[in-house]
Amino acid sequence: MKKFVLHRVLSLIPTLLGISLLVFLMIQLIPGDPAEMMLGERASESALAELRERLGLDQPIYVQYGRFMGRLLQGDLGRALRTNEKITTEIFERFPATVELSLAAILIATALGMFAGIISATRQYSIFDYVSMVVSLIGVSMPIFWLGLVLMIIFSVNLGLVPLSGRLSYNIELEVVTNLYVLDSIITHNWAAFKDAVWHLILPAFTLSTIPMATISRITRSSMLEVLRQDYIRTARAKGLSLWVVHYKHALKNAMIPIITVVGLQFGILLGGAILTETIFAWPGIGLWILNGVYARDFNAVQGGTMFIATVFVTINLVVDILYAWVNPRIKVN
Amino acid sequence: MAATPELTAGAPPAGNGQEKSISPLVEALLRLRKNRIAVAGLIIICTFLIMALFAPLIAPHDPLEQSLYDKLKPPFWDAEGDWRYPLGTDDFGRDLLSRIIYGARISMIVGVVAVAIALFFGTLAGAVAGFYGGRIDNLIMRLMDILLAFPPILLAIVIVAFMGPSLRNAMVAIGVVNIPRYARLVRGSVMEEYSKDYVQGARALGARDARLIFIHILPNCLAPLIVQTTLGFASAILEAAALSFLGLGAQPPTPEWGAMLANGRALILRAWWAVTFPGIMILLAVLGFNLLGDGLRDALDPRLRE
Repeated sequence: MKKFVLHRVLSLIPTLLGISLLVFLMIQLIPGDPAEMMLGERASESALAELRERLGLDQPIYVQYGRFMGRLLQGDLGRALRTNEKITTEIFERFPATVELSLAAILIATALGMFAGIISATRQYSIFDYVSMVVSLIGVSMPIFWLGLVLMIIFSVNLGLVPLSGRLSYNIELEVVTNLYVLDSIITHNWAAFKDAVWHLILPAFTLSTIPMATISRITRSSMLEVLRQDYIRTARAKGLSLWVVHYKHALKNAMIPIITVVGLQFGILLGGAILTETIFAWPGIGLWILNGVYARDFNAVQGGTMFIATVFVTINLVVDILYAWVNPRIKVN
Repeated sequence: MAATPELTAGAPPAGNGQEKSISPLVEALLRLRKNRIAVAGLIIICTFLIMALFAPLIAPHDPLEQSLYDKLKPPFWDAEGDWRYPLGTDDFGRDLLSRIIYGARISMIVGVVAVAIALFFGTLAGAVAGFYGGRIDNLIMRLMDILLAFPPILLAIVIVAFMGPSLRNAMVAIGVVNIPRYARLVRGSVMEEYSKDYVQGARALGARDARLIFIHILPNCLAPLIVQTTLGFASAILEAAALSFLGLGAQPPTPEWGAMLANGRALILRAWWAVTFPGIMILLAVLGFNLLGDGLRDALDPRLRE
């Protein structure tokens, strides 16, 4: 096990190197002069030259990459062109919002997805099974940016049940501890803020949960079905154990391995893929921040944000991999 | 679904040679026909294909034609609706139905182009990696791992951000992002096939590498590739609509579903139809390919059937 963990952690190094190279090279995709792209066509030659020098664009490419890597190793992603703020500072301000949204979404997705999957498997070919399969096929096909808008029309605009967008109402005060507002309001016993934060969170979290929910319910169903066919399940039934005990104590335990993996992988995708949901609900997370960088042609910020998310993404995948090997000793190196 | 007797009889040719053997393709098609989910998907896809091919004949209006007198008309069943605009109009007085029909054209083209890029480079990379193994394999698969280290939609957004927003660049970005799917799949299949006797036999007869790969090995990896390609259409259409929605793909006034949604978003309080219908189209098109892909998986790979 130790060897496996070490091997996997070490294999992260070339991947991260590759990611950094790819992110670095992206600036080469810009047609024409990057400095002109950032400052606009009417920028003066001296302003362009100054920006080129500041970004090191006047240096040969290997020097540029060397500098880029040098800064990266010190945890420095440069400064955002828009605000001249350190990119790492901006990222750490916004990342908690994305974490909160993704955590809420994965909780909803896991609870509902597993519930549907288990019922479908234990009542295979029932109406519930059929309906939930169709619903999850629709779920994986869902353009969530559209679903978000429709939910918004129904629940915010027409019914007025939940707020339209944002994380907190302007008139609510909250002492920020972790920057996860729901958690902060609990820590500080601020129940008005708690209610407000949860109310703001519900719609975006539900929107974001659709695709992982569908995926989780499908994997739960197939994993449970596979386990239920095994001999030891029949033995347990033959011993006279109740269906409930057999399903939830014996079968579910063994069916959990692939489910945990999928939940972990989906969570990683959510952290980076929440861009669309964040855009629709004006959720001030890292996805929206990167997108605004795209619109403002702040390529520094886009590169920094992308590098950060990719690093988080591969790290989560690594943790999932190790967890998987830990619960399932049959997996070894290779 | 249980295999019917006449189908199983076709599998190993009987000794007397009297029975007609069914080709694997026909066998798969027969199985596919019995899969209701796949048939539903196929019907949806065909409807969209017809819409795309015959858009000028079906659409009641020009998708770009503006009529300032008919701005924001609701659908026909609404009291203020107008039969000339069955699904209503947008804020430029453009007919929503016509735009949706032309939108099918764009989404189908995007699907074909993006999938073609991913399929071509993915298959090539996967086949070379699986066939030669060793260092080449290591290098190629490392590259694929790096592409997979980004959440797909983020990578597509970033690529387009740097290349400049346009439908063409969006298709390229989506193609690139999806290369690893095909590369991994083909690599695995090629490795599995490579060790088999028929490949070694052909090699002993002096067949060159390219011939071994493309004539002998790849045709035997087709089944999973077809499934993956079908599912790939679904995600390509979805990702393209997302990029256009964010203003990074098709640009206004192109009648693209995602771009229409972006426009409708500003009208969310006044014109629900401008948001609802383009979204339903995206959902249906993606669903169609997902249904067919699922059905094909069951039909082409009998081992996976439950």
